[in-house]
This record gives sequence, structure tokens and C-alpha cells, in this order.
Amino acid sequence: METTANLKGLPSLEGIEAPPLTFFQLVWLRFKRHKMAVFGIVVLILLILYSTLGALFFTEADANITDTSIRLSPPSAEHPFGTDPIGRDILARTIFGGQISLMIGFVAVLVEVFIGVLIGAIAGYFGGVIDNILMRFTEAMFNVPQLPLLLVLGKVLADKVPPITIIGREFSGSVVVIIGVIGLTSWMGLARIVRANFLSLKEQEFVTAAHCIGTGNASIIFAHILPNTMAPIIVNATLGVAYAIINEAYVSFLGVGVLPPTATWGNMLNGAYRYIDSAPWLWIFPGLFIVLTVLSINFIGDGLRDALDPHALIDLN
Amino acid sequence: MDPILQVQNLVVKFNTLEGVVNAVNGVSYAAEPGKTLGIVGESGCGKSVSVLSIMGLIPDPPGKIVAGKILFKGENLLELDNQQLESIRGSRIGMVFQDPMTSLNPVLTIGRQIREAMTLHLGISREEARTRSLELLSLMGIPNPEERFDDYPHQFSGGMRQRVMIAMALSCSPDILIADEPTTALDVTIQAQILELTKRLQHELGMSIIWITHDLAVIAELADRVVVMYAGFIVEEANVYDLFNDPRHPYTLALLNSLPSVDQSRAHERLATIPGSPPDGIATFAGCPLAPRCHFAVGRCLHQNPGLEYIGSDHKAACWVDIQTGKEL
Repeated sequence: METTANLKGLPSLEGIEAPPLTFFQLVWLRFKRHKMAVFGIVVLILLILYSTLGALFFTEADANITDTSIRLSPPSAEHPFGTDPIGRDILARTIFGGQISLMIGFVAVLVEVFIGVLIGAIAGYFGGVIDNILMRFTEAMFNVPQLPLLLVLGKVLADKVPPITIIGREFSGSVVVIIGVIGLTSWMGLARIVRANFLSLKEQEFVTAAHCIGTGNASIIFAHILPNTMAPIIVNATLGVAYAIINEAYVSFLGVGVLPPTATWGNMLNGAYRYIDSAPWLWIFPGLFIVLTVLSINFIGDGLRDALDPHALIDLN
Repeated sequence: MDPILQVQNLVVKFNTLEGVVNAVNGVSYAAEPGKTLGIVGESGCGKSVSVLSIMGLIPDPPGKIVAGKILFKGENLLELDNQQLESIRGSRIGMVFQDPMTSLNPVLTIGRQIREAMTLHLGISREEARTRSLELLSLMGIPNPEERFDDYPHQFSGGMRQRVMIAMALSCSPDILIADEPTTALDVTIQAQILELTKRLQHELGMSIIWITHDLAVIAELADRVVVMYAGFIVEEANVYDLFNDPRHPYTLALLNSLPSVDQSRAHERLATIPGSPPDGIATFAGCPLAPRCHFAVGRCLHQNPGLEYIGSDHKAACWVDIQTGKEL
């Protein structure tokens, strides 16, 4: 081939031929067109950097120092976000509270994805009695009201669960309880999606072909079928992070989520309602962080949904 | 020579909402080492169901193997548990499917898929499996196997994918290769290449092949022995020369007559067809299942189903009529 090209004085194909795009390159290409999703990613990364790198300038002790002499002071050079009713620095608290809020969002989703995928995959793949039992269980779980459960368990278990230490930071038992309850009560939708996809994918010929080379059930489920249904799982998990953060904020705002002195964006709002007019900095900053996080994650979720769906029409302009 | 694989009196039924479908009704055939057994018949005649039974892949429910034996080297596959079957599938028996577009996993690289059977059955490392996969791919006539190893199925053409499928099926040097209409989805030039490749591989590896098709031209090219199936029954069995030169069952004859001819004198004739359509397998009919569509049918055909009988030393057919004379036997 090359010699014929050279004989005719044509340039060789070397260097002109582009290698085909991988799946993730393709997804990124489509994702990039979704302006709001890109905005979401940038904001989310900034928020993560804010709450992680911020820890280089403050210690957790700084965030918990109370000094009633400077209580409710408005934003100033020394306390850029002001102080709260017992004189703690709001800037430092949003940094450490952000770590907890974001971590609750991500870890709760890990729990959710693990349970949802496991139950959905097994139910869809094996079908029959197993499917019946697992799906009835899923429906039963749908009937467990999540918020009252969070409120009750948050109150009852919070001081019974021992604190744990991850990467040099101690998390109180109430954080573990919140993560557990959110994770254990929000996997059902994902399980149904995964089951539905498994029901159709297991009938595909490549699954029969995998059986034919002697692949076992576990390997067919997790190595052959699961990668084919990653798109809905990724989208669902992304949106699940926002949902978990909102839920944490909700119960912490009511004062039964993550217990002080550990800060979260949610429990910083607890009590702020008494100062809505007189000290707006109490709720503006944590509120702003919650809104930005949830909004950007939802945009990312939307962008991923479109980017991962090969049939989606994307406006090229 | 002892057959590698024997299917004996296999009966498979499917329970559906409309009733019980009798997919395979007491079928027996054998595959001999180094030889190719062709199974011919139109859609829904039980060809695929009978070989899926061999692999233990009949979905149950709704399917059920009601009777029969499948002897692989003297061992009844129907009595093995799932784990024992998994160790035979892919290592001793390889299978290739009809549609290469759907039988490769779209999200795994072809290298990953070819390697799988070898790492499962041969207990070799990933590196060794990679080396052997590359050898297999070049044996299959895939250019630049090194470069193609990490490609995904969508980057391959249909013919290339079918070569990959065959490479997967042959990766553990099985004793027998089952091919379920592997060239049906390919165009004729690619089909010819795959047939050539199969013949060469059989010659080199000495394996037995069961080749399912509805294309008699493929059978003529490839098979040593042919089984013709209709409505879940074997209606004729013979070696490939006898079957084409001296068909003894009206259905085989009708199939041969419906082939287009390159003969100039027949070029302007209308292509013969078989009137009607095959039974759905639900209604039970005491007579010969072909009787309503058969030119030769006599009174007896309507209430008694003929069994498969020897009509020559090596030739079996299931018909009440001698189709050469048109008289009842």
C-alpha cells in the first residue's frame, strides 16, 4: 500500500489516520457541549478544593473555638464570613462543614450504588423466585419513609455509634449514622433500573456466547453484563450525591443530623433562622454552598445523561 | 471410529402461553472426529434447540429436555451439574453463533474476550493467553493482530468479528465445534472466506464440526454427513453425496428444487417453492408433519407418522412413499 502511494507521489497515510475515539473520549466530547454541565464540574471542583485546601489554613479546632465576646459579628477582615451566635468563625466552619457534607454525599452514594447494583443485578439475572423475593423486598423498602427514619435513627443512634477516624480526621458517630441511613434507604430506584437493564441484556447473544466458553454466573454478571449498563448507574449515582447532601442538610437543620460541634453546611443553618434579618451571614454562606453544590451536581448529572445516551440529540450550537 | 458426540432420542419441549411447543421430537445424530455433520432445515425446525441442548443452554423455564441422552465421549452431558458443564463448555466444545454483530460484548475489547476461555480453562497467565490469542488471530487471517488486540467489537467488520468468534471457540482446541448458522449474517464473499477458513482449520486441528444452516450450498461445500430436519423430526440422513444425488424424502427434494440454478436452460424458470408453512409445533398431529405440504402424500401420511428407516446401507429417510416411483413403500 505504502509503496503504491509513494510511486504515485502521494503522501503516505502515516500520521493522517486518526485512531478511533475511545468510549470516554466520545462521552467527554459530548459532555463538553453541555455548557451548564461543564460549569457544574468547574464549580464542584472549586468547592472540593475549597473544603480540602482550606484545611491548610485552619485547623478543625479553629472551626470549633467559641468566643462569646465576638458573637454574631458581621463579616470583617478577621472573620470574612462573620461569626455565629457563640463566636465561631463561619469561614472555617464552612470549610470543615463542607468536608462532612460532601463526604456524606459521596459515601452515602457508594453505599446506595453497592446495594442497588447488587440487588438489581442478581434479581434481573437469575429471575424467577429470586427476582420475586428481591423485588418485593425493594418495594417494601420504598415504603420506609426516609426522613422520619433519619430523624429517629439520628436521634437514637447518634451517641451509640463510636466515632471513626479517616485520613487523620475524626468523624462523630452521627455522621456514620446519617451515611448509613441515607445509603440504606435510597438504593431502590437504582436497583429497579439495574434489574430492568439486566432483564434485557441477559437475553443478548453475547451473554449466551459467554456461557458457551464456560464463564461462570458471577463473572457474566459483573464482568460481562454490568459494564453494559454503567451509563444509567453513573447518572443515577451523580444525582444521588445531590439528593444525599440535601437530605443531610435537612435533618441537620432540624438539629438531629450531624451533632455539633462537628460542623456541616446543614447544621450551620440550625438556629440561623432566628437571625434571618439581624445576622444574614449565618445562613447566606452555608446556604450558598449547599445550593451551589446541589445545582452543579444536578447539571453534571444532566450533562452525563445526555453524553452517555447515544440517541440523545445535542444542540451543536 | 467412535463418535465424539452422540445425541440420542432427544426430546425438547417449551411451555408457552399458547400451549406446549414440541421443538425437538426424538432426534438422534452423531458427530465423528475430523468430520463435519451438517444439520439443515428451515427456521423453527429445531436445529438450534438441539445444539443448545448440547451446551446445556436451553432456558428452563420455559424449555425442558424431556427425554434422551447427549453423550460426549461416552459421558451423558444431561446428567452433569452446572459446574461440570462449565468446565466442558468452551474447553472441549466450542460454539459459534449466527450473528457476529451481537455475539461479542460491545464494551469489552476483543482481546479480553478471546483471552477469557483460555484463562478459565487452561490455567495459563494473562501474558501467555495474550500470546496465544495473537497466534489464533493471525491463524484466523486477521491482519495486524497486535494492533487489533485492544480494539472493541464495533471497530471490526462482520466477517472479522465472526473470525474473532471462531478464534474464541477454538482457543482451547476443543474436540468439537458447533456452528449455528455462522455465515447467515455475512455476505457471500465473506461467507466463502469463512468456509475456506473452517475447512483449513479442521484439516489442521482435526476437530469434529456440527454445522447448522438452512443453506444447502454451504452443506455441499463443507459437510461429510447431513441430517435434514423438519418440525422437530429428522426426515433424512445420508452422506453428502447421496443426499444431493439421490434424495429420498420429499422435503429434501423440495429443498433442492428450491435452489436457484446457474444452468442456462433453467435460468428463465420460476424458482420452485414449498407451499404452505411449517407447523407451529403446538398442535399435535398424528400423521407426517409434512403431509399437508407434500405432493407425494398418500392416505396413510395423514394419520401415521413414518419413522426414520434405513433405505440404503448408509441412508435413512422417514417417508411412506418411494419418491422415485411415487408409490407407497
